Amino acid sequence: MLKNLCQKMFGRSLWVYHANSGGCNGCDIEVLNVLTPYYDVERFGIKLVGSPRHADVMLCQGPAMRSTAQALKRAYDAMPAPKLVFAIGSCACGGGIWFDSYSVLGPVEKVVPVNFYIPGCPPRPEAIIYGVAVAVGLVDKKTAPVKFKQIELPIPRYHPQDLTGRDELVVYEKVEKV
Amino acid sequence: MSVLSKLQEAVVCLKAGRVTLPYPVKSQPVPEKFRGRPLFDAAKCTGCGGCANNCPAREILLFDLCQEIRIVQYLGRRCTYCGRCADVCPEKAITMSHEFETGTNAIGDIQQRVELFMSTCQRCGRCFKEPSALEQLKLKGYRVDDVAHERWVFRSKSYLETEPAVDDIKIEMD
Ligand code: SF4
Ligand code: SF4
Ligand code: SF4
Repeated sequence: MLKNLCQKMFGRSLWVYHANSGGCNGCDIEVLNVLTPYYDVERFGIKLVGSPRHADVMLCQGPAMRSTAQALKRAYDAMPAPKLVFAIGSCACGGGIWFDSYSVLGPVEKVVPVNFYIPGCPPRPEAIIYGVAVAVGLVDKKTAPVKFKQIELPIPRYHPQDLTGRDELVVYEKVEKV
Repeated sequence: MSVLSKLQEAVVCLKAGRVTLPYPVKSQPVPEKFRGRPLFDAAKCTGCGGCANNCPAREILLFDLCQEIRIVQYLGRRCTYCGRCADVCPEKAITMSHEFETGTNAIGDIQQRVELFMSTCQRCGRCFKEPSALEQLKLKGYRVDDVAHERWVFRSKSYLETEPAVDDIKIEMD
């Protein structure tokens, strides 16, 4: 019973821990912006805490770096279950534009399992709130992969067998289709 | 003194009134020049590869299945919404939309994939004249990015691996 109650209440009081593992600070500012009176996520029960041991959600900013990956992993292990990890920003989602440099290991999902992704560099505060709303089930996600495939060659093809000689001129018989 | 300053603070706070935006309930308009997610218009794209060459995050992959079919795949994971792809596109096939609500639980949701027929120029493979001399140094020819593992490969070839051409034109352009 207690377990059910805990699970029911989990979505209503997310305590977040804010972990920057090597981002440029842009995403940190946006996350802090979400907590200001303008966006005020405390009205949804979201509260910033200072220790991973008190947190339900880890907000990761910045890629997994060679120097911080261990610390990130330890912070994740210290969180009590059930726990969620949000990757905020393009650094955390995909490694950032320096994804191939020597000190960057890659996206944070290489080190900790990520549940939700909020791309953007940095994402707008609204985008972060939206991502959290998707996570707690308030709204449906708006994105879906887009695939487009041409199935008919748009350019008419040139057929050498339709070339015919006619008094010193070479005429292409299907010319009206070209 | 401290009571006075507290009172002053209270007056300042009361003056400001209520500032919290009603965001998740009401949608919030974005500034006119806001750059959101780039959207590909498959009808306009010619598959020139200008966007893939100029993306600083290497987020656009090109893969030539054969001479006639090219796959342009936008991954969107580490896209910084810088707009360089939209800037360089000669066909204006990419628009920087105002979409920012892209939070998702599967990173593949923000991918866009365009499969195009290419015209068959046997000489250079791909015809795209870059605006400056520096940009003309960028990769030309057939591109074989690792679409399966979503990795950008810094290499292009003058021949297709699947259809090896006559031996004497095996020139590799790195
Ligand atoms: S995603 Fe952009 S803003 Fe955020 S930490 Fe990385 S570089 Fe900075
Ligand atoms: S907006 Fe910038 S980072 Fe994103 S795909 Fe275009 S060029 Fe690459
Ligand atoms: S630059 Fe424009 S036309 Fe060229 S491949 Fe990219 S989207 Fe297509």
